[in-house]
Amino acid sequence: MVQIKRIQEEGADIISVIGEIDASSSIELDLAIAKSVGEGFKKILVDCSALEYISSAGLGVFMSYIEEMKDKNIPLILFGMKEKVANTFQILGLADLLNIRENKQEAKKLADELSV
Amino acid sequence: MNYQYNIGCSLNNLKGIREFIRNSLKDQDVPEIEMSAIVLALDEMCSNLMIHAHHCNPEHMLELHIEIPKTGKFIFEIIDDGSVFDINEFNEPALDNLVHQKRKGGLGIRLVKAIMDDVEYLKRSNKNVCRLTKVVRPE
Repeated sequence: MVQIKRIQEEGADIISVIGEIDASSSIELDLAIAKSVGEGFKKILVDCSALEYISSAGLGVFMSYIEEMKDKNIPLILFGMKEKVANTFQILGLADLLNIRENKQEAKKLADELSV
Repeated sequence: MNYQYNIGCSLNNLKGIREFIRNSLKDQDVPEIEMSAIVLALDEMCSNLMIHAHHCNPEHMLELHIEIPKTGKFIFEIIDDGSVFDINEFNEPALDNLVHQKRKGGLGIRLVKAIMDDVEYLKRSNKNVCRLTKVVRPE
């Protein structure tokens, strides 16, 4: 249902989320982010361009990392979201609490700014 | 027109629920943003029931009914015989608190309340009926 791929570019770990995240699959997103943090990446970008659906279980995963990333000074930035997915974040007001950018270039730029 | 879907309480069935809702509403001129929101709210309600009232036992069944209106007021009913959890009586904690506590839960109910116009609970033939109403204006 969800496929997760990770690639590394310029010191950032880019987690691509492909498909749908619901209560049955949110654990995979959680594990991927935990792995990225565990491997010591200092910038984590989440590519949402192939994310077709996210329910509260997936939103909860992102939310649960906000404090940890702040404490560890690791920028966690989501980018490339489709409108229907972005709307889910907006309904909850999570769009203001998370770092969300239009595309990878802007996400990298913000990661660089936040890492200084 | 009415549609009905019966599903076992396994989280692996959520995808089927989402497809059923989309298929049932596909000819109703529901704007995509509204469609996605409705699908989301019903996914949230069903997964909540599956997890909290039925402990993900696939032998326990949920019935999902969709009533397609002439007036744009869609009615969705989720019927089961588990314990009732009335989301209207649940006060959602502030978002800041959830973030602070690094909690993953607590968002689903907030979504349902934001998306649906009305959520009510009734009893019918000894079963619990959770009725969600959504008014949709055509594109």
